[in-house]
Formats: sequence, C-alpha cells, structure tokens
Amino acid sequence: MLWQYVPIAILLVLSTALAVLIVLLDALLGPRKPTFRKLSPYESGMVPIGPGMRRQPVRFYLIAMLFLLFDVEVIFLLPWAVTFRKLGLFGLVEMLVFIAILLVGYIYAWKKGALEWE
Amino acid sequence: MVTTFVFVVAAAVLLVAALIAVLKNNLVHAAMGLVVSLFGTAVLFVLLEAYFLAVAQVVIYVGAIAILIVFSIMLTRRVGAQWGNQTNPTWPFALLAAGVLTVLFALMVRGWNPDQALPAAEAVPGDVTARLGAALVNPGGYVVPFEVASVLLLAALIGAVYVAWGGRKAEKSTQR
Repeated sequence: MLWQYVPIAILLVLSTALAVLIVLLDALLGPRKPTFRKLSPYESGMVPIGPGMRRQPVRFYLIAMLFLLFDVEVIFLLPWAVTFRKLGLFGLVEMLVFIAILLVGYIYAWKKGALEWE
Repeated sequence: MVTTFVFVVAAAVLLVAALIAVLKNNLVHAAMGLVVSLFGTAVLFVLLEAYFLAVAQVVIYVGAIAILIVFSIMLTRRVGAQWGNQTNPTWPFALLAAGVLTVLFALMVRGWNPDQALPAAEAVPGDVTARLGAALVNPGGYVVPFEVASVLLLAALIGAVYVAWGGRKAEKSTQR
C-alpha cells in the first residue's frame, strides 16, 4: 500500500533537493562584492517607506478563515464523493442539505461585503 | 523494512520540526516548523493506514490552519516590535513533567508482556473512506452529526465574518 505514495515521496525529495541545490550553487558560484547600495532593502528602485514587515489588513484573516471553513466542508465531501453512486438519491439529498446550510453563510459573507477587495 | 525506514525518517523530521516550532524566537520560522511537523504527522497517519485522516491532515492542517497561523502572525505583530523570547519561563517544570511522563511510559512498555498481547483488531473490510462516506449519509449512521457539523461550520463562518467585519456595514456593495 505504501507504494502508492512513491510519487509524493519523489516529489518531496526532488523539490527539497532542487531548493537546496539552487541556494548552494548560488553561494558557491556567485561573485560576492557587497556594497552599501546592494545590501540596502530594495523596493522597486525607490527609497523604502517604513519597515518591510508591517501589519496586514484584517481582510487577509477573513479570507483565510473562510478558506479554512470551506476546506473543512471539502473534507466532508471527500468520503461522500468516493461512493456517491452507491449512496443513491438519499445521499445526494443529504449532501445538498449540508451544502445548502453552508451556502447561507456564504451568502451572508457575500452580502456583508467580506468578499470585496475594494 | 520499508515501513520502518519511512517511520524513522518521518519521526526524525517531525521531532526536529516540532523543536523548531517550540524553540525558535522568530515566529514565522516557528510557524514553518509547525507546518513541517504537521505534514510529518500526516505521514504517520499513512503508515497507520488511516488514509482519510492523512488526507484530512494535509488538506486542513497543512493547507488551511498553517495559512491561518501565518496570517495571524502577520496581523498581530506590532510594527517595529522586538522579537520576543517566546519560550515560557516555566519551561523547567514542563521539562520535569515530560521527563516523568517519559519514565512512566518506559516502565509501562517494559511491563508489557508481548506473549499476552491483546487480540489484534479486526481489519476493516473494504475501502475505509468509502465506508465512512456511507456511514455519514446513512440514516442509521451519522447523518444527524453530519448535518449538525454543517450548522457548526455555518456558525463559525458567520462568527468570523461578524468579528472581523462587524464594524463596517455593507456600504461597499451598495455604493456600486
């Protein structure tokens, strides 16, 4: 059963190796002549305004929270989707009720303007 | 043994990542360590043949919770604040408690007689995920908790929107 996961393992190893390799090659091959200008923070060629790390607007939190909640919904969909043909009409209705309840929250968020990005 | 090898590698990665998550002063690095340790837990679930749990772990914890934690760090840190020491000053007591627990676990494992092992749990026939799906919508199964979970998610959704967005009215959508 573990052999099903070989592609994921290959992907993990390859991506890690590639990232390490790129950083390593850059450190080994790249010429290094640091000057004040090169080491100062870069912001599209302009003098940076304020610190690089500033507080993000609360909108990001809201989007992440909505994503998390619909992610949990997806997890409920998964076991149903595996066998939904066998479950028949009753299973379909059950899932529609489940989604309809969450749709109320989606419409609420939409009407509240939580999905708007100015 | 492939299983043992995968377990050792996953457990080692998990432990190192968990230590990074606990000990790093840089909160963003700690969050990254947490993500890796959560992924290691998913690998352990796969080794235990709990495939649905593994998928849930990756989709919810590695996918969504990690993003939420990183966003929370970016939201709450004050501009120009120093990196604080995130280690709790009572850590020696925690170490003591963990040490006592480790000794107790070691004694328990040593006292366990393999000859008197419990009967092995019966293997669940068929596809576990499919059985879970059937149980979720079966009237004799978990259909009520399933629908109640939907209501719980709805409450969390409305609560999140209200807490984060409650002050403003829907003026943005009416202006257009």
